[in-house]
Amino acid sequence: MRYLPKSPAERRQMLDAIGANSIDELFAPIPAEFRLNHELNIPRQMAESEIVEWFRARAAENGSGYQMLLGAGAYNHYRPLVIDSLISRGEWFTAYTPYQPEIAQGTLQAIFEFQTMICELTGMEVANASMYDGSTAAAEAVMMAMRITGRHHGILARSVHPEYREVIATYAKYQGLPLSEVAFTENGRVDLAALDAAITDQTACVLIQSPNFFGTIEDVAAVAEVVHAKGALLVVSIAEALSLAIVRPPAEADIVSMEAQSFGVPLSYGGPYAGVIATREKFIRQIPGRLAGQTVDRNGKRGFVLTLSTREQHIRREKATSNICTNQALVALMVNIYLDVYGREGLRGLAEQNLAKAAYARKALGARGKLLFEGAPRFNEFVLQTAEDSCELSHRLADKHKIVGGLPLRKFYPELGNAAVWCATELTSREAIDTAASEISQAPAGGHAPAAGSAALPDLAGSEVKR
Amino acid sequence: MSSKDIRKAGTHISQNEGLIFEHSSPGKKAFRLRELDVPSVDAASELGSMLRTDPAPLPEVSEVEIVRHFTRLSTWNYAVDHGMYPLGSCTMKYNPRVNEAVARLDGIAGAHPYQPDEISQGALRIMKALSDQLIEITGMDAITLQPAAGAHGELTGILLMRAYLESQGNPRKRVLIPDSAHGTNPATAAMVGYEVENLRSNERGMVDLAALEAQMNDEVAGLMLTNPNTLGIFDEQIAKIAEILHRKGGLLYMDGANMNALVAKARPGDFGVDVMHLNLHKTFSTPHGGGGPGSGPVACKRHLEPFLPKPVIAEENGELRLDYDRPHSIGRVRAFFGNFGMFVRALAYIMANGPDGLRQTTEDAVLNANYVRKQLEGTFELPYSTPTMHETVFSDKLQSKLGLRTGDIAKRLIDYGFHPYTVSFPMVVNGAMMIEPTESEPLEELDLFIDAMKAIAREAIEEPELVKNAPHSTRLQRLDETAAARKPVLRWKPEEK
Repeated sequence: MRYLPKSPAERRQMLDAIGANSIDELFAPIPAEFRLNHELNIPRQMAESEIVEWFRARAAENGSGYQMLLGAGAYNHYRPLVIDSLISRGEWFTAYTPYQPEIAQGTLQAIFEFQTMICELTGMEVANASMYDGSTAAAEAVMMAMRITGRHHGILARSVHPEYREVIATYAKYQGLPLSEVAFTENGRVDLAALDAAITDQTACVLIQSPNFFGTIEDVAAVAEVVHAKGALLVVSIAEALSLAIVRPPAEADIVSMEAQSFGVPLSYGGPYAGVIATREKFIRQIPGRLAGQTVDRNGKRGFVLTLSTREQHIRREKATSNICTNQALVALMVNIYLDVYGREGLRGLAEQNLAKAAYARKALGARGKLLFEGAPRFNEFVLQTAEDSCELSHRLADKHKIVGGLPLRKFYPELGNAAVWCATELTSREAIDTAASEISQAPAGGHAPAAGSAALPDLAGSEVKR
Repeated sequence: MSSKDIRKAGTHISQNEGLIFEHSSPGKKAFRLRELDVPSVDAASELGSMLRTDPAPLPEVSEVEIVRHFTRLSTWNYAVDHGMYPLGSCTMKYNPRVNEAVARLDGIAGAHPYQPDEISQGALRIMKALSDQLIEITGMDAITLQPAAGAHGELTGILLMRAYLESQGNPRKRVLIPDSAHGTNPATAAMVGYEVENLRSNERGMVDLAALEAQMNDEVAGLMLTNPNTLGIFDEQIAKIAEILHRKGGLLYMDGANMNALVAKARPGDFGVDVMHLNLHKTFSTPHGGGGPGSGPVACKRHLEPFLPKPVIAEENGELRLDYDRPHSIGRVRAFFGNFGMFVRALAYIMANGPDGLRQTTEDAVLNANYVRKQLEGTFELPYSTPTMHETVFSDKLQSKLGLRTGDIAKRLIDYGFHPYTVSFPMVVNGAMMIEPTESEPLEELDLFIDAMKAIAREAIEEPELVKNAPHSTRLQRLDETAAARKPVLRWKPEEK
């Protein structure tokens, strides 16, 4: 086996040194009845060329070269080549958690830089080294708010990514943390009056997403005012991190939970991505996950270490702020490199291109259906209601034009009918947008166009999450 | 410092390097935006009061500075590619390059998680193939790939346990956890609303069966057991343990952190485990990445299958699809389908090995650990004489009499060109030195490590200060962790002018 650096003679020599007659002797602690006496029933050993061939065939089945008009929590942005070039150095990807700072300064300094950039982007004072992804970061942020306030109720905006809400529900279930949801209004933003009514003196936090699942940018300051007036914390979840380059940062939030995939992380069918939690300095003892901090060595030289680890599971065990151990360090490194490539000016320029593409797409596609949630600003996503079933449209675009269309919303928001959330990034070509628009107009006969002005509007009542 | 025994490493010049922000100067850039093929828009009129007026002060640097920055930083890290990284229970094995290549193929790295199933058949096929093979390897009946790391897998597994017990009428109150367990185990049980009850080990480092009998009752949901445990000891009473739990309606959870001792040699599904997680970044060679991404699939027996996170993969007429219709599911533990890129790498590893390669891998891992144990026995105190599998735990008992602790010996190992072992864990051993060589070490590297450990033991007697103040050869000497925690500086700020 090509990954095993030993000859049969060396194995024999080692067994002799140990004083064992055969390798089987070393497995004697496993009771005989449980020792496998046959080979596993898995495919035979393959050559490297066979492995590459097999995965190329799978890649072809997936289809590449599709134009992407789909976002919904995973965004197709260009990845500068230096990212993979740099992270492919073994010193980065074959190291582990920097438990020994003297021989892990590279990783530690990179985390410290990442934490700094996240603070600068979000307007928060501190950020952690990373969480698994945006959904688990949101769930951990809600738990964190519960610990800080000592209150036991969470409110989630219904315009938060539906899968994030599902994850939060899973995490909250046995924490004695009932959740309720608050509706959105006709402009797609959280219903402030309903929110005000929903917050009780037991509400630990309100979680909103901005831009939300419909692409609408929330008025974070206005939401914060309502939330803070009742003594609860505001958690802002961000799924499209690039928006931070051009949209006001959620500085009024108490905790920001974020998915940083947009910053140079491949779509990779949903992961690995990089979540992160940022917050105010006063809440630092309640933040989950790793933190890199600056210090000095014996000679007074600047260096970095993992710090405040008394929050963590390996010290505090069942009283830890979270059970998280391994996080997403290499992905956070991609994010760091990406933000260095674009920097202050480039990230802004890129965000402007996203705005322009999305504005064009909204106009082109909007002419073929009904745009929902107009009346509030948005970044690179929008919701379009069509006469045709969104899934059928999506299949046709893929089949005929190699275009991945918007995400049908019926599964998550049945009240929106044939609506889908579309996305345009700097990589979406005008041609693809035009093609998608023309395909929408070629809907097969039999579809029902929504009557003007009477598009099914969302149910405005806040609904309880099923417990 | 005496260096005659330091054979693996020499000193070499490394480059100084500041923080990336310290290279920044307005107007430098590492990008060129595309030509826009649509009309540009006025951001202020698009966004109104939501416009960001002061751009985030990200660094402004050129491409060459970025490449040098991260290359210089990288040289300050120790990694598996440099040599033995015997961090116990972390399984720092070789990360094959073909894994990286196939994970970056366009149709794989570029696949959107919500693209229609008909253009996701390749991705689904990869998930299905990995699922099938992990089920065969573990001897379990069903699996979810959704959890993003080991601790996340634990959370999923204990949620499954709770959902199952609830369906039986009583979720119960407590989870038993041996004193040798990883900290993630108790932290996980607490997240699922269970009280944690400590289960003591016997003098052989195994579960104390009498204690288990006494503590097991209908208030106990189950036991979280790492097997082999963190001492590297396979608990030979495993069938009896499972039987005691099952008799009283509890479940056996296995932390699969140490599966590198078992793959192709024994299957948890055969010895009574109800649910377990795997760490793809340990056993299945996906890179540790400086602290992730990991991946923590959870395999379970048939009775827990209805509760698996959704979606699950279903096959109809040769077409794969995602099945969300799972009324008993615990729900989701993560958006999308998990750390898919790690599935690709783990599958490539299994394919490269085949059944014979996986078996040989496990045998070599156990051979290496036993060789190190044999060679260091006597030089360092072995707290348990019980045979061990893929890792071995010594203590600093002999050296602590000379005023040196496990942490000092670990730091001195750095000067010898090695990453230290796991320090002060498991907690059942005072001054633990937990060594897991993995199968990836050649005999030559093992001998260098053994010689280094013996040399340090001699230094402990002859020149204890040398050990006490180690490392001596690194860019930075021991760092002040107390100061870091007392007054945390967690981000860079420009100097006040």
